Amino acid sequence: MKAFKYLIPESVEAAISFYQAHSETARYMAGGTDVIVKVKEGWMEPDYLISLKKIQEMAELHKNEATGELSIGALVTHATLEKSLMIRNDYPILYDAVSNIGSLQVRNMGTIGGNLINAVPSADGAIPLIALDGVALLHGPEGERSCKVIDLFIAPYQTILKPGEILKKITIPPQAPLTGSGYTKFGRRAAMELPLIGIGVLLTLDEESETCTKARICLGVAAPTPMRAQGAEAFLVGKKITEAVLIQAGNLAADESRVRDSIRGTAWHRREMIRVHVRRMGLRCLALIKEGR
Amino acid sequence: MTTPISFILNGDELFHEVKDHWTLLHLLREEMGLIGTKEGCGNGECGACTVIVDGLAVNACLYLAVDLDGKRLETIEGLAGSDGTLHPIQQSFVDEGGIQCGFCSPGMIMSSKALLDQNPTAGHEDIKHALAGNICRCTGYVQILESVEAARDRLSEQAGGRNE
Repeated sequence: MKAFKYLIPESVEAAISFYQAHSETARYMAGGTDVIVKVKEGWMEPDYLISLKKIQEMAELHKNEATGELSIGALVTHATLEKSLMIRNDYPILYDAVSNIGSLQVRNMGTIGGNLINAVPSADGAIPLIALDGVALLHGPEGERSCKVIDLFIAPYQTILKPGEILKKITIPPQAPLTGSGYTKFGRRAAMELPLIGIGVLLTLDEESETCTKARICLGVAAPTPMRAQGAEAFLVGKKITEAVLIQAGNLAADESRVRDSIRGTAWHRREMIRVHVRRMGLRCLALIKEGR
Repeated sequence: MTTPISFILNGDELFHEVKDHWTLLHLLREEMGLIGTKEGCGNGECGACTVIVDGLAVNACLYLAVDLDGKRLETIEGLAGSDGTLHPIQQSFVDEGGIQCGFCSPGMIMSSKALLDQNPTAGHEDIKHALAGNICRCTGYVQILESVEAARDRLSEQAGGRNE
């Protein structure tokens, strides 16, 4: 592997000053499961790697019980999210996604922030955060700004991050009662594989557990960047959710998707799987709401 | 340019000078001569280099040696007793046919140890989930899963024996 100098700042400000001192030749690193591979393969050739691992404030996972807002530091590992009972119970869509990213070894090192910033079209970590209306907090040489998680992505492997900017954390607004959610990573196998298609569904019902008041249908590998099937979402709102309605929503989502043929699979297959899994995840949402989760 | 680090390797405190771009796998195999940890793909795909850092299974090929400073590291070399007695997980892999060519075995065994240390009653699905990042090209995995289940039972019998 190419030699580099490893810098270990303990605050976001210190990390940014390191970056400013070495700008062109420096790169940030979180868990390292993507960056180290890129350096080994020669796709990234930094003279300085700035480790974010020791920045304590970026490693916190915290739910504000008063406001109901969830805050996920960018350095929180997939394994930490997977092991959290709070995530498993209150945010099943996030649990579904992070528990199948990479392998356990990768999840023990890899971080949710690194997964987002790597910006692969499959973005297992992004789909649930988009469905949960997540907001990303960025901090760079020019100060702080925030954006919706879905707006982080410009193109495959490209985000809106400016040079020197760091994704600090993601916040999830309080979730309404009677909300269910689920994510399917569809592929040949779960571990160490990018999905053929990723489908996340979140549904909120009104007090009578009948009419849908909010729907999110988020798709990975269905377009160059993670997308929402907003036509299908709008179709569901105001309706009583039945299997027949979910089948129609799946058809709408499949039509809205911009899937294409790739070495991993065909557009046709991806479209069919969107139909199947929007229905299945929708039914899962209903089952979870019924269970009282 | 080197950085001094200190860490605990299989129970013993160690100091080492490391270069910033060395992986933990490089430190173990090339600098310390501990070749029990294997290099398969070098990209975190195969799990042959699995070691345990502060109780968590990680790929040594993706872990920078400098990041080991202050941490507790367990490798396959630390499992057998000083008289050569195999660790119950190792013995179960031998008994159940979980080893053929042996290249994936150190990684498989370290993944199993990390799991059973945390969850001594791990079931079949837990074991599959924990070992999904370890590739074996010989056994077809069935004997490996059986080995881990046998190791779990052997370890819980031993623990039960101690409690009585």
